[in-house]
Amino acid sequence: MSNESNSRRNFLRGSAVAVGGLSLGFSLSGCSPSANSAELTADPQGLASDVSVWLSIDTSGIITVRVPSAEMGQGVNTSLPQLIAEELDADWSKVISETAPHTSDFVNPSTLSRGTGGSSAVRRWWPTLAKAGAAAKEMLMSAAAQRWDVPVSELSTLNSTVMHSASGRQAGYGELASAAGQLSIPENPVVKSPADYTLIGKPLKRLDSPAKVNGSTTYGIDIVVEGMSYATVAASPNFVGELISMSEADARAVNGVQDVIEMPASHYVNSGIQSIVAIPDTVAVVANSYWQAKKGLAALKPQFSDGGAAGVNNASLTAGFMAALDQEGVQVRNDGDISDSLSRAEKLLEAEYAVPFLAHLTMEPMNCTAHYQSDSVNGDRLEVWAPTQGQSHAVNVLQQAFGLQADQIRLHTTFMGGGFGRRFEADFVVQAAMISRAAKKPIKMVWSREEDLQHDYYRPASASRFQVGLNAEGLPVAWKNVMACPSVAQRNFSAAVVNGADPFSVEGAVNIPYAIENQLVTLKQHDTSIPVGSWRSVGSSHNGFYVESMMDEVAVAGNHDPFELRRKLLQHEPRFLIVLDQLEEKSGWKQAPAAGRFRGMAIHESFASIVGEVAEISIAENGAIKIHNMTCVIDCGKVVNPSIIETQLASAMIDGLTAALRGGIKIEEGRVVQSNFDTYKLMHMAEVPAMAIHIVDNDEAPGGIGEPAVPPSMPALTNAVFAATGRRVRSLPIEPSLA
Amino acid sequence: MNLTINNVVHEFEVDEDTPLLWVLRDTLGMTGTKFGCGVAQCGACSVLIDGQVQRSCSIPAAAVEGRDIKTIEGLSRDNSHPVQQAWIAEDVPQCGYCQSGQIIAAVALLEANPKPSDDEIDKSMTNICRCGSYSRIRKAIHRVANA
Repeated sequence: MSNESNSRRNFLRGSAVAVGGLSLGFSLSGCSPSANSAELTADPQGLASDVSVWLSIDTSGIITVRVPSAEMGQGVNTSLPQLIAEELDADWSKVISETAPHTSDFVNPSTLSRGTGGSSAVRRWWPTLAKAGAAAKEMLMSAAAQRWDVPVSELSTLNSTVMHSASGRQAGYGELASAAGQLSIPENPVVKSPADYTLIGKPLKRLDSPAKVNGSTTYGIDIVVEGMSYATVAASPNFVGELISMSEADARAVNGVQDVIEMPASHYVNSGIQSIVAIPDTVAVVANSYWQAKKGLAALKPQFSDGGAAGVNNASLTAGFMAALDQEGVQVRNDGDISDSLSRAEKLLEAEYAVPFLAHLTMEPMNCTAHYQSDSVNGDRLEVWAPTQGQSHAVNVLQQAFGLQADQIRLHTTFMGGGFGRRFEADFVVQAAMISRAAKKPIKMVWSREEDLQHDYYRPASASRFQVGLNAEGLPVAWKNVMACPSVAQRNFSAAVVNGADPFSVEGAVNIPYAIENQLVTLKQHDTSIPVGSWRSVGSSHNGFYVESMMDEVAVAGNHDPFELRRKLLQHEPRFLIVLDQLEEKSGWKQAPAAGRFRGMAIHESFASIVGEVAEISIAENGAIKIHNMTCVIDCGKVVNPSIIETQLASAMIDGLTAALRGGIKIEEGRVVQSNFDTYKLMHMAEVPAMAIHIVDNDEAPGGIGEPAVPPSMPALTNAVFAATGRRVRSLPIEPSLA
Repeated sequence: MNLTINNVVHEFEVDEDTPLLWVLRDTLGMTGTKFGCGVAQCGACSVLIDGQVQRSCSIPAAAVEGRDIKTIEGLSRDNSHPVQQAWIAEDVPQCGYCQSGQIIAAVALLEANPKPSDDEIDKSMTNICRCGSYSRIRKAIHRVANA
């Protein structure tokens, strides 16, 4: 990747070079595109895509912003350009965005890698992008100052125009772009004060919508490479078994089938972030079309050994977690004196909770297109077109897998039909490249939905035990939380595991906001044969449920209203109080709900945002839960695009509610039982509640928005179920336990 | 085999059992119609056949010879169709992967029922959106109905 970057750098003219991590260029084109406002395109004759890093402005004024984060639906191809456009004083109707190529320019300075996750895009990129936009504006102003021979201080900018009010002269950015591109990049451009924002905070329309409503967006699965064939795969169903037999002749007899390729189980280590990609024993069928590959795989009938996993099922897994709760774990928080405070408590509450493994089920199944070219003289080359959230991770793993240097690999990031953490993994990228190398041609590998659902890196199942002591006022004074959880980080970011404590396992439990004097939180890492990875909101997806369910139990046992209890315990957390008070007001918490309706509340901080939610439900005579409405309040600090925030919160709530209602992987003989959307049910239109979403705007540092509404949604729902039925839901999903 | 898609006749050779979805995507390069499940559960592959919404992953192409097939590409390339316009006005798509199918389903619904109620929308719009864009899909359908 460094080669591509260097060659572009060398191509930069004049003084438009990298300065302090910021480089920026302008189109030097003299051509003008015939763009119209409905469908803007950058000048294809221009040099824009070759000379600029963050943005380019062509002579017609079209501003192309290169987005370092991967667009999976979360809106980064709009929100990040919005940050640049603000500082640039750009005419938003002239802004287009594209996913940046994978070069060292787009490695994040704070993480030293390229990847999208942790609800971090705006948080991590804002300073860099603001600086880029401000620098570009200063260069445009300098160009105008030179043209008119006036001091820069007499100029102002608005809507992609530089103005000299004293003389009434003005020039559009397109007119100034060529001259501006010859100027040196200011080292310390001045960024705006929030009070001067005109675009940040506005619900600007998404830049990627037009292409997504006429089918022209190119997702990973839509990539077409000259001369490519198609492949589909079957990996060991129980993750650990080996391929023991297959009917290769039958597969090859299927019309269009070209090849059958075995890929032995393998591990690849990304030394950069100490991450391991483990690919089960897998077999691929290559054919002229996906359909023929699928038929070939059906004819192949690959059989795998049990690998010692035959006894693994939901009951054995649950028993394992419960047993792990009795084993000594690692202390991750120890405040005050837990033993003494528990023994002196007026009332002692004890409860055990558990959650299941969850699949990601991105709408677009896993796929990747790869072209591996062997060349014994000049060195092998690998080009991949990947719907990936983790470019640096994928490239690093490909280097390990094929013994290549980074500059032998070219990676293109495509649009993604959902990510949710699944596409951080590199298994599907390695597989496509392996198949291409063996087949000696470009390969588009597409997984069936069944393969996708049965070979996920699942949200870990886990268990959590509480002992909470209440004082005479019914307030918690002792909080003991013992957890058993598989480690996501030991495979994904092993450097993050310190003293045996995976930070992902404990996030949301180790940092509860409540004023409780004595707290002991321990973690027993308990791994199973089921692969685990990052699922939307990661550890908070279970700890939010555990902690906020237990707080509801505390409220009931202590005879406090759940809102009032939280308010008492959050006096030292002013931002929580604002969210909580708005939640009470917007949900009408203090007014009794309509007859037959019941409410539950939860509040949780994750990814630097605080989210409170109230679920209002009713329960039919047959036990079916109807979620009528969700009220959601978020404090995510400074707001960039409230429209995108609203969609992300709604999306996250639906994710969480679906998981709470019926999410969960069923496992028999070590393999996933469900196979498709008929056996792993998602929420449809008819079930989706009304959602009232409120954003607390302030000037605090920005928080994440993609994930933080997941954690409180589950306990808000189950707390409402308790209000309705008196039954405490301590094990998810709800539906089988109510049936 | 001959298929009439978006008023254009396409002639090609494929295995007789090839689903319409894969003819559209792999044979004809019309990738706007998406693969989501392969078992007619999610609706990402929805197309119109003689004006009726159908899930193309589960229909052999051979079964729709001579029929009038319309895909997302046939709605309009310039987003001038009222349903596409409403989708943009309500900023519906997130990842967008299911939206071709959602839009096709909405076109069929609005053709049959120009002013659908919420209940009628619920009954007709059964495609899965993994991003949960349902509220805005509903708003966009009402926007078309009230235009």
